Amino acid sequence: MRTPVTQEEQVWGGRNVRFASTDAKLWFDRCVEKGYCVPDWPKEYGGAGFDRQQTRIFKEEMARLSCRAPQVNLGIWMAGPAILEFGTEEQKREHLPKIARGEIRWCQGYSEPGAGSDLAGLQCRADSDGDDYIINGSKMWTSGADESDWVYCLVRTDFDAPKHNGITFLLFDMASEGVDAKPIELITGETHFCQTFFDNVRVPKKNVLGVENQGWTVAKRVLQFERNMMSDMESSAVRAAVTPRSSAIEHIGLVDGKLAYPIFRQDIARHEIAKRALDKTQQRMADEFAEGVGDMNVATILKYVGTEEEKRKYELILKIAGEQALGWSGDAFSDDGFSDEELQLTRDWLSSKTHSIAGGTSEIQLNIIAKRVLGLPENTAVDKGGK
Amino acid sequence: MSLAFNEEQRSLKDTARDFVQANSPVESLRELRDSKDKTGFSRDIWSQMIELGWGGIIFPEAYGGFDFGVKGLAASMEEFGRTLVASPVLSTVALSGSVILNAGNETQKQELLSSIAAGELLVSLALEEGVRHNPTTITTQAEKNDNGFVINGRKTLVMDGHVADQLIVVTRTSGQSSDQKGISLFLVDAQAVGLQITRTHLTDSRNYARIELNNVQVSDSALIGQVDEGFEPLDKALDVARICLSAELFGSIQEAFERTIEYLKERKQFGVLIGTFQGLQHRAAHMYTEIQLCKSLLMDALHALESGKDKAPALVSAAKAKISETAELVTNEAVQLHGGIGVTDEFEIGFFLKRARVAQLLLGDAHFHYGRYATLEKF
Repeated sequence: MRTPVTQEEQVWGGRNVRFASTDAKLWFDRCVEKGYCVPDWPKEYGGAGFDRQQTRIFKEEMARLSCRAPQVNLGIWMAGPAILEFGTEEQKREHLPKIARGEIRWCQGYSEPGAGSDLAGLQCRADSDGDDYIINGSKMWTSGADESDWVYCLVRTDFDAPKHNGITFLLFDMASEGVDAKPIELITGETHFCQTFFDNVRVPKKNVLGVENQGWTVAKRVLQFERNMMSDMESSAVRAAVTPRSSAIEHIGLVDGKLAYPIFRQDIARHEIAKRALDKTQQRMADEFAEGVGDMNVATILKYVGTEEEKRKYELILKIAGEQALGWSGDAFSDDGFSDEELQLTRDWLSSKTHSIAGGTSEIQLNIIAKRVLGLPENTAVDKGGK
Repeated sequence: MSLAFNEEQRSLKDTARDFVQANSPVESLRELRDSKDKTGFSRDIWSQMIELGWGGIIFPEAYGGFDFGVKGLAASMEEFGRTLVASPVLSTVALSGSVILNAGNETQKQELLSSIAAGELLVSLALEEGVRHNPTTITTQAEKNDNGFVINGRKTLVMDGHVADQLIVVTRTSGQSSDQKGISLFLVDAQAVGLQITRTHLTDSRNYARIELNNVQVSDSALIGQVDEGFEPLDKALDVARICLSAELFGSIQEAFERTIEYLKERKQFGVLIGTFQGLQHRAAHMYTEIQLCKSLLMDALHALESGKDKAPALVSAAKAKISETAELVTNEAVQLHGGIGVTDEFEIGFFLKRARVAQLLLGDAHFHYGRYATLEKF
């Protein structure tokens, strides 16, 4: 249980929870008992009740001991923190303990076929019908929707207001009548994203998180949780342990301590330095805050730099490892085959293309830096919606 | 110790900023250039900088210094870079001072370092023999004779060599032209017989010289460090100078970048501010990310140098490589985004472009340092 977790071994929780081994279940149960799945949540909602300092120490210790995350899912990362911050007492009591105990798995209904980077342009509608809403529309990239139990979903409740002011943040059960999720196959061959369809789905109005038509505030906060989660995931991701350097030593080889095909030395050095610069930026931010001269703006570069450098890294490995990094199927036991790690490498390369798109594209990140950090003026030609 | 400047270093940085903004703006460099100043920097400004302590900033108190450490000097260099201050601080203090500190005997340290700290002595390092930085390819010969050593050879890119009182000449006493072993360092008086110094003018309007040594006789006491063992202390001193130069260049990059952002907020075309165009916004935002990464690598290398980590040389190369590359990006973009006015001599952005290219080259450009990083990391 102290070896790096594989994709199959990750515990996603929910009504259809699966464990790869009895040890995994035992570790999960023990963590749930102590509230360790959500160490910083209050005890009454299933957390361990740790303060910020205790949580940091707890996470450091868990990492130092190579402990696996007892469960990974959008409830812990996003839905839970949002409910903690914006929920009524009733909502907190209903949802948070189930998330903490891994009983309910959440998915995110944000993007739509016509609303990607322009998320606030979403058209999925919620029409009022007494104490309920009737939901009609569809959502894209709902990760794990076909295996999830509940969704937190952005719906339009006012079609006349400027587009940011007519959105409501709604929670509902994926088992409701009229919900259908169809997996989308990605270039990696994986199918964990879905397109989700809502056909006259009835949802009680008490399931609004926050205030009707003011869901954008909650949505933005959740996007922040998502970006933090993505940079966390970056460091703990399930990936082939191949680096450009290790790949070059394997496929090119050293002669007198130098790569036999030296043209790659500069590319590898550049990549390693860029990666170090990113890691050290996080440490520098912490050190600057400790010195009282911190700057939150610096955090805006992390997602852009991390995901773009990751793409460059895999492109470099492809150039170094040639055919062995392009294998799609086969096995290591035949002469024309590929090892599991090599097959994973091909997937990781393709997967890296998704990371600079999901959770705010690189272009959106640059927009944020340009406006929020550099204070460059707004382009008035951009659609704000409304009538 | 951390990746942030502490209070003492920040206060030194503030002092540097206030001093150069008030006394040595970019305009001062233009005046030195246009008046074809023989010295190439202001002796008056330099003596004020000595007063404020920059002459002995990295030397121990025993040698007349203030023991602020490399971080303190680098913090100041960043501010010097913002106004392109021409001064001998890099050549005399960071570079030659470090060579003497690393390799000199007690007498040399006492005499030379305290004179440098007091502003009474300028010392330049005569190292390069080719068009690019190459600290091991040394063919300048020093041969033993009855009176000491006789030196013959040619040197180029000697920073402030035309005004130096003394030169530290990097010579070969044994081995092949690119061996690390067999390099020896000698202190040579600028007035020595057989020494010819010619000032060279580079695009950055700063100060360099070419030097010819024809049978220059020096005594045994002119040797700094051990015969044949000069490379190690030299390379350590080069790392101090490389990171100080990186800090200076980083200051210049930030200044050029900030001036460009301001321009995007005031220049109008097609009836709108050009800063509203996404094509320009993204280029500006990308530069911001590169600058932040440079800062992290600069602090990382300074931290490693000050705590004496084994990895320090590789991290200095990492910083110099990345900052040199970013300097090229930012100064090119600064000129381009300013449009026509950016290519006029009257406008100051061109000074940043010109200084950046020379500073990129000095003490190793990105190619040199990526290669050095790879060698140090054994691949």
